[in-house]
Amino acid sequence: MSTVSTGATDVLIIGAGHSGLAMSAWLGAHGIEHAVLERGEIANSWRHERWDSLRLLTPNWQSRLPDYRYAGDDPDGFMAMPEVIQFIRRYASFTGAPVRTDTEVISVRQDGTDYRVMTSQREWRCRAVVMASGANGVANVPALAAALPAGVRRMTAKTYKNPGQLDASGVLIVGASATGLQLADEIQRSGREVTLAVGEHIRMPRTYRGRDVQWWLDAAGILDQKFDEVDDLVRARRIPSPQLVGTPERATLDLNSLTARGVRIAGRLVGVDGRKLQFSGTLRNECAMADLKLTRMLENFDALAAGSTWGASLPPGERHAATRVEDSPPLGLDLASERIGTVMWATGFRPDFSWLQMPVFDPRGRLRHEGGVVTPGLYALGLNFMRRRKSSFIHGAEDDVRELGTHLLGAIGDRPQNALWGQSPISMSVTP
Amino acid sequence: MKMSTPPVNNGVNVEALLGARQALTDMPEAAQFKWRATCEWVNGTHSRSSVQSFFGLGTEHSHKTEFKYDADHPAIFASEDKGATPVEYVLVGLASCLTAGIAAIAQNRNIQLRSVKATLEAGMDLQGILGIDSDVRNGFNGIKVTYEIDANAPKADIKALVAQSQRRSAVFDIVTNPTNVTVEVV
Repeated sequence: MSTVSTGATDVLIIGAGHSGLAMSAWLGAHGIEHAVLERGEIANSWRHERWDSLRLLTPNWQSRLPDYRYAGDDPDGFMAMPEVIQFIRRYASFTGAPVRTDTEVISVRQDGTDYRVMTSQREWRCRAVVMASGANGVANVPALAAALPAGVRRMTAKTYKNPGQLDASGVLIVGASATGLQLADEIQRSGREVTLAVGEHIRMPRTYRGRDVQWWLDAAGILDQKFDEVDDLVRARRIPSPQLVGTPERATLDLNSLTARGVRIAGRLVGVDGRKLQFSGTLRNECAMADLKLTRMLENFDALAAGSTWGASLPPGERHAATRVEDSPPLGLDLASERIGTVMWATGFRPDFSWLQMPVFDPRGRLRHEGGVVTPGLYALGLNFMRRRKSSFIHGAEDDVRELGTHLLGAIGDRPQNALWGQSPISMSVTP
Repeated sequence: MKMSTPPVNNGVNVEALLGARQALTDMPEAAQFKWRATCEWVNGTHSRSSVQSFFGLGTEHSHKTEFKYDADHPAIFASEDKGATPVEYVLVGLASCLTAGIAAIAQNRNIQLRSVKATLEAGMDLQGILGIDSDVRNGFNGIKVTYEIDANAPKADIKALVAQSQRRSAVFDIVTNPTNVTVEVV
């Protein structure tokens, strides 16, 4: 017998990160009653599920939310985790979001035209649900991990904090996205031998012609590309994160800088046979592909600059050396003789919707949605390329929240009112 | 005066391929194919293989005719050289798979091919198959494929075409990644 009464509100937002808080601000501005359910505290994943040295991959000037932006003295810098947490916490204070912390969602079910949301605190009934719990809920671990022999330490980018967690043995890092490269760099610098398994990857310089690469992607309209404008959306949503790192030096991190520091690169990890790791022979092609795409991207940037009023003032562009691949990259490595004691999965993340008890998943377990609309009244936020390429970025929340918020109002039968949201002449400034 | 460019034609029906992709996305069971070959020993190292039937789209199919392939080894292996060596058939498979992919992707990218020529060379240390050195593998220690392509596209686009063909190639995958092989005697 329950002694806690069922709560009722119009909208429940799951997750008090930047996108959930932005949706809360939008609903508040439109007079919609709602609550933000947060399993831990505000910006929980940034507090507890990131490695210590991580900084945002986007520069400070790009860190903006509706009516709220970075206004410190280092617009070209990259926020470290304590700064990100403060940035989001202050946004929550600024918006006055009705956040209920320490409230874990256990299940979400449809109930007629309403939704029933069971939490660790109480049950709720609401007319719409916004799932803003993030794109990185679970670290992907490939099935072949089960074949690793006992005694090999397995970690993911979610459990890794710093090299102090590791013993002195070598580390195999699987995956060459931003995560894999950053961890390879940090662990190799800590004196441990790193082998990096490299499949498809996106090579990107931190800066080009004096501007951050994110500036170029923004200027070229790439970050604003819509989900219904790309040829192959399934693929676009699965593209690994570009090989970027945010450092005070605005340094470029690529496979060449890693191999120069002693990291060994191999092809994609494709098999585990006893103590033997098997790597694909596709490394050369994957690197050639990434080099070709990098050159094409920089040529497109040059063309953009050439057709602009500002291009003439930029310094000339530089080209990058082709990725160096040894003549015979390793195809098989013996864990014992190579003294590899840890396997680190940097093979991407997927959102955790395990509490969503509705038939809204495809046969591969992925959430079915049309630009974040799962069904009228049920929405996602912050997923990779959800409505735009920038959907998973902090500054991507504003457009998505406005569009999905409008859809939500229609779904619950209310008319948009005269809102000040996103039009306020006074912006909140933040100095971390 | 406006110049009109003739439509690209590499002899590949890209619409049919893209249609098949969509159809098989919706019906994954129809995408399950089985490829087959039979092989009969003739004499010495000479054998004759044939392919005719295969399974796919939920049903049995047959090539227009039965294709036959003699395999043997050259005289320096004390054989009668009645056909290509089995390892050369692997090169044939890789080259023809990559080349078919190049044609299809070029069509899809609006690139008109005028000529495509691949030259393949694979290194092998015979100390492996002869059992002289157990550290030497039996198979190739590497395969080098060189393409000469004449097409109406810049060099970078042709390189990207060849790179994408490797991404989509079945035989490239088969030779670069491990495959479980089960051999039974009945």
